[in-house]
Parts: sequence; structure tokens; C-alpha cells
Amino acid sequence: MAQNLTVPSPRDITEPALKGRTETMVLNMGPHHPSTHGVLRLVVELDGETVINVAPDIGFLHTGIEKQMESKSYQKVLTYTDRMDYLAPLSNNLSYVLAVEKLLQCEIPERAQVARVLLVELTRIGSHLVWLGTHALDLAAMSVFLYAFREREQILDIFELVSGARMMTSYFRIGGLAYDLPADLLPTVRQFLDLIPARIDEYEDLLTSNPLWMERTIGVGAVTADEAIAYGLSGANLRAAGVDYDMRKLQPYSGYETYNFDVPVGKNGDIYDRYLVRIAEMHQSVRLVWQAVERLESLGPGPYVTADRKIAPPPKREITHSMEALIHHFKLWTEGIRVPRGDVYSSIESPRGILGTYLVSDGSAKPYRVHFRAPSFVNLQALPHMAKGFLVADLVALIASMDPVLGEVDR
Amino acid sequence: MDNPTVINRLRETHPEAIISAGEAQGDGFLVVRREALVSVAQFLRDDPALRYIFLENLCGVDYLGREPRFEVVYHLFSFANCHRVCLKVGVPEGDPTVPSLTGLWATANWPERETYDMFGITFTGHPSLQRILLPDDWEGHPLRKDVPLGAEEVAFSINRENVYAHKVFARE
Repeated sequence: MAQNLTVPSPRDITEPALKGRTETMVLNMGPHHPSTHGVLRLVVELDGETVINVAPDIGFLHTGIEKQMESKSYQKVLTYTDRMDYLAPLSNNLSYVLAVEKLLQCEIPERAQVARVLLVELTRIGSHLVWLGTHALDLAAMSVFLYAFREREQILDIFELVSGARMMTSYFRIGGLAYDLPADLLPTVRQFLDLIPARIDEYEDLLTSNPLWMERTIGVGAVTADEAIAYGLSGANLRAAGVDYDMRKLQPYSGYETYNFDVPVGKNGDIYDRYLVRIAEMHQSVRLVWQAVERLESLGPGPYVTADRKIAPPPKREITHSMEALIHHFKLWTEGIRVPRGDVYSSIESPRGILGTYLVSDGSAKPYRVHFRAPSFVNLQALPHMAKGFLVADLVALIASMDPVLGEVDR
Repeated sequence: MDNPTVINRLRETHPEAIISAGEAQGDGFLVVRREALVSVAQFLRDDPALRYIFLENLCGVDYLGREPRFEVVYHLFSFANCHRVCLKVGVPEGDPTVPSLTGLWATANWPERETYDMFGITFTGHPSLQRILLPDDWEGHPLRKDVPLGAEEVAFSINRENVYAHKVFARE
């Protein structure tokens, strides 16, 4: 195991500086700085242009989501999860509903499972497109940003078609989906899938063997596999360091064990390898979405939410003639879902890494405690270690390559 | 690797460290004595058969009215065995301290700071235990169950005078 790894706090840098140490300069970067991808403040200790030490200062977007969740019923908590990692709302939904379903031990219909995989993989592509665009933009390659957002727009259109919302979808429900998939979903997804692989190749034409891009990324901010594990890195940041670790393979959920896909792994753990891993991940996601589309087509129409009326409301037409259905409907909307006492942890592979949900239930209709293991929060700790000895300009590239979403860091 | 194997192995090697152990929803958990936390975690990490080298999650829970009041929960993952184990440590209200795991995993740093920030649990041996999400001058620890959920009153034309009368405004 890697030893002596530290995570400096802002005070570690500012206090000696205030006491009058003058050999180095302390620079305040952010919180309102476009390259920090949100509101991240970095206290940077510099010797000329070389970074001696960095300390991230976070909490500017803290909204007390975990506290607020304790006062809401299980169904309402779901909408908060969208607001954490706002670039991958469906992944957050999934992590949360899987935890609740694990406690409830309820069965999910096949159609809902496949739809979840389809949408979560589209989310991954969409999230990686934002990463790619902004990463390239930070390294002064403007056109990639425009292309990436052009394709992301189509993914958002698909989300809008499915859930009615482009960003804050809240489409998954405990026990399945909020409503059935629209009829024109599969043709639209097919259209997108026909187009995207060539587009990803196009981005690669612009960057992968571009000497400027390579100069800025190869060998910058490298971490070894041991260091990556000690820092708890996950997602592409971990896999770029050569660790073949993907929750979808190790602890499959939503039926991932039945799909064919590979886990791209890097070697050097530097920015360039993270770039290659994420690009390859997009191709793998396309493969997964193809398989999901084919499965949905062969499954045909069917239930999209569990038949357990204690978890999911009955269809509206049943309420008009069944007293039982009316009671279930009333109980669900006035009281909510009663989840058995206990605590549970479940985690998924979100676009940014391992997104875990720790849930404690006291048997009532509101969660007693919800904690999210946010991948961006944990990953960001490794930034000082990566940035030491590089230039300020490399620091900008490093933040982008770690792909943090500050909404998730601060929750 | 399955849960009973891990639990039995720890019962053999650390008999006095384990308060209770079991399985819930298919996941194994161990309630560990506070003093023994670091040695148990180190054993789980370094034992060649177990290799729980990844500290996946660390968080606190406040069970108000129960003794001990707080609990700190750790989830460790082993790539080699594809298995997760949960460690729980009870923390009494009168002495809310837990030994820090930052010596074993660098990744414990921020989650421990977050737990300190939200619950007021002190991690002894942490290199810089300061607030992380809340401002330094914040009073109290908001995720404790005896802290109420705050709200900002919205001023409408009907109740504007009332609301503004007890609202504190920033002065230039």
C-alpha cells in the first residue's frame, strides 16, 4: 500500500503564509473561476509558476441535502438525488432506488431493468461529452466543446421524450419507472446510436494524436495504482491507473451481468490515459445501449413497475372500480412507502465513479438517515497529490481531467 | 468469499474486538470496539486472504435516544475477493471520539472531516480535523437529530412587516 499520502487543508497553506514566509506565493483560485467547473476554491502555493502545494476548499454549494432528506418521504427524496450530480441525474436516481429496493426486497420487472440500463448508459455518454467538451475548452480547444454539446443535446432530447424533463429527470421510481416508455423512444435512440460512434471518432481525430493535446496531457498528474486505491479514487480516474475495477462487473446490479461489455483500463494514470479510458467507455456504453434497445424490442409492452401495491400505486383506471386500489393509492400518497427497519449500502458505477447510498430506515415512511458516497467528493482529495510539481496551467487541466461535479462534492 | 468466513476469521484473530456480528440484506457487518478499530481495519487490509484494500464509504449516524448515541460506519471492499464488509463503531455522546483511519487510507481524510462537521465526532490522530462543508464559524453540527431543520421565512405583502421585523440584514 502507498504510504505517507496527505490531503492538505487550506489552513495548512494560508497559516504559514500569514506568518510571513516569503519564499513562496499563495494564490487564491476560484471559487468563481471558469476552470474550476463550478464553485471550487483552490489555495495554491506557488514557486514561480510551479505548484508546491494545493488545498481544495469546498462547501460553497452545500445545501444540506442529506438533512433535508430525513424530513421527506421516500418518494420525495428521489427528486433531491437529481440535484447532486446534475450531469448524471439518472445515475443518482438509480443508486438511491437500488438501496431502497434492497431494503424492501422487491422484484423489478424486466422491462424496467432494461430501460434503466439504457437510460443510465445514455447518461454516461452525455456526462462524458460534457467532460470532454469542457476539458478541451480548458486546454483551449474550443471546437470540441461545440461538437460535444451538439451530441449531448440529442441525449437530452431523449430524456425529455422519456420523462418530460431534460436535466432533472427523476424518472426512476422505487419498484420500477415513473411511467411507461414512450412508443417513439426506440427509433429515436436507434437514430442516435447510428450517429454517435462516428462522432466519437471525430473527437478522437481532433485530439488523440494532436501534438498540442499530447504535450499538455501525457505524463501530467500521474498516480500509481496503489496511490489511486489509497486515495479511494474510482471511475475513470482509478481505471486510468491500471486498476480493472468497475462496479458493473464486480457487483452487478440491474442485470449488468447479462450484457456484453468491456472495462477499458489505462496504464499510466495520467491525464491522457483518463482521456483514453473515458473515450473508450463511451464506445462501451454505445454497445450496452444497443443491447438494451434490442432487448426492449424483443420484450414488447409489459409492466414497467412492480405489482406490489404497497410500493407502487395502482393504475388510475383500477381506482375507478376497485376499493382496494383506491385504499392503496390513498395510503401511498398520504403516508408513503413503509420501509422495513434496517440499514443498507448499495453502490453503482456512475459516470464519475462509485456512487454509494447508505440508508438507515426506522420502519417509518421517511428515511432515518441517507448518506451518499459521492465519487467527486472522494476523488477531489487526490488533486493536491497529482498537482505537486506541475505548472498552474497543468492544474487547470488536472481539475478537468478528474471530472468533478461540485453539486455532488458539496451535496 | 462469503460473510461467515470473514466474520469467523476476525472472531478467531480479534476475539475481544468484536461486540457483535451478523448479516443484513446479504451484507456482513461487524460491530467493533472503538479501541480496536484501527487494528481490525489494518488486519482486514493487510491479511493476504482478505485484502480489503479499498475504503469505500465512511459516514456517521445519530441514533438519538440509544446508547451509544452515534455510530460511525465504514465499508471496505476487497477487489481480490469481490466482497464488501461493513464495520460499525459505537460512539457515546459523552466522549464522541473515534481513532482516525487516515494513517491507513489517505481517502479517510475528507469523509472524517465531513463526519466531524455534521455530527461533532472527533477523529483522534486526524492531521487537520476542521470543518469542511460548513463555514468555520458555524455553530452546532446539523446532521444531529436534535438540530431542527431550519427554514427561511418568505416575505409576502401580507406578512412583510412581521417577517422583516425579526430578520437580520447585512449592514453596509
